[in-house]
Amino acid sequence: MSPIWAILIEALVKILVIIAVVMTGVAYSTLAERKVSAWMQDRKGPNRVGWFGLLQPVADGLKFFFKEDITPAAAYRPVYLLAPLLTLTPALITFAVIPFGTSVTFAGRTFPLAIAPGVDVGIIYLLAISSMGVYGILLAGWSSGNKYSLLGGLRAASQVISYELGIGLSLLSVVLWTGTFDFNKIVGAQSGGWPHFWFFIPHFLGFLVFVVSIFAETNRLPFDMPEGESEIVGGYHTEYSGLRFAAFFMGEYANMITASAFLVLLFLGGWNLPFVRYEWFGPLWGGLLSMAVFFTKVFACVFVFIWVRWTLPRFRYDQLMNLGWKRLFPLAVLNFLLIATFLLLRGRP
Amino acid sequence: MKLTRPKLSWWERTYIPAILKGMAITFRHIPKVKERVTLEYPEVKWDLPKAYRGAPILLTGLDGQEKCTSCKLCEFICPPRAIRIVAEETSLEKEKRPKEFDIDMGLCIFCGYCQEVCPVEAIWLKDEYEMADYDRTALIFSKEQLLARGRKPPYLPGREKPLEESR
Repeated sequence: MSPIWAILIEALVKILVIIAVVMTGVAYSTLAERKVSAWMQDRKGPNRVGWFGLLQPVADGLKFFFKEDITPAAAYRPVYLLAPLLTLTPALITFAVIPFGTSVTFAGRTFPLAIAPGVDVGIIYLLAISSMGVYGILLAGWSSGNKYSLLGGLRAASQVISYELGIGLSLLSVVLWTGTFDFNKIVGAQSGGWPHFWFFIPHFLGFLVFVVSIFAETNRLPFDMPEGESEIVGGYHTEYSGLRFAAFFMGEYANMITASAFLVLLFLGGWNLPFVRYEWFGPLWGGLLSMAVFFTKVFACVFVFIWVRWTLPRFRYDQLMNLGWKRLFPLAVLNFLLIATFLLLRGRP
Repeated sequence: MKLTRPKLSWWERTYIPAILKGMAITFRHIPKVKERVTLEYPEVKWDLPKAYRGAPILLTGLDGQEKCTSCKLCEFICPPRAIRIVAEETSLEKEKRPKEFDIDMGLCIFCGYCQEVCPVEAIWLKDEYEMADYDRTALIFSKEQLLARGRKPPYLPGREKPLEESR
């Protein structure tokens, strides 16, 4: 048993690495969003700050610092000030249980690549925390003292209620298949040949429901009703400015990265690559390579988020509810029953 | 009119083929570098159409005097009332000339009515559009400023020579 300070330092280093990767990821996702959208619309996108616009996120961040922080007279101040933090914090602390690689052996010690390694309720923790983010949005909408904000907050709440079900039920089939809530074991079950495919093949229906639901969960188009610029100004963050607005903004992108990591771990094989075994590269480089592969997959998913946003129009509100309750929910149940029947007949692979 | 909706198959009604098709279209635009339409403004400028209505200017005739006879038709027609003219007598043949001629560019809407209504072609909307300033009072162009702007040759559509020399 290693002394307590060794564990603490190990955890702190991992937290620093993860925060660095995620926050850089957030900053450059905003740049990617602007660049990709520009290219899709035959524009060039930001290209003034730094070479190819690469310092644009820095300029944006500085701009947010110098903006005036406005609290409207009608706002309920304590909640109004708290809400942005309630959105950003859950998005960041979900990374406590997300493993981002196999393990690294360095100076004779083996470090599992996760902030809290071996948590056997990872999925439950992630579900619980990620649905907390909606409180921030709801409270922001309510406390702004603005009709549009309130509508945005209400929309966020009802949207999350109808899509949490889809997420929960669709990943339940994965849990049933592997018999564990532990991300490491789920990823392990997706390595090797038949029947250990990446889970989006055997759980195709579940994968579909999950993908659609995380779009709604992260409030991204085509389900960005809580923001709904064309109908309700800016939705829940209409009244926010400066760093508080930046907190919502970062929360949205951090949520996107969390949701992508969730998707990659459950359905896209985690850090596994077909026909590649990390043991070949030794304990140190194999671990680092697995981390690189994992983050590549995550940011590929973020790209899909962006790609979809600039392709599809926003759903109408009743269409969203219809889709959630009448299509995705039965599909998720069907998927669960199919997987359960399969496992009953063939036994757990 | 009788509207006939196309019969969608079960697969089409899931919207999945339409979504994938749309995503394929947007994706195909990403590498089209040559088709990008962005104009990098301060370095590259737009080719203005020949009848572009930009900054208003006052023109001088061949005798070096301003053409304006201070008839005040432009002041009268100006929708945002951006023009202010104070007339005075002159010993010239036209008998009357503006003592003061101000256009408030903070009000001007570039409608071109002044140019349209002027009987002596004394006011003209030039192809110049970079007039921004940090100070609103600097946006009130005096007669001297308007005449000075006119010295840069404005071209009439289809004419090679500056306006003031073609008469």
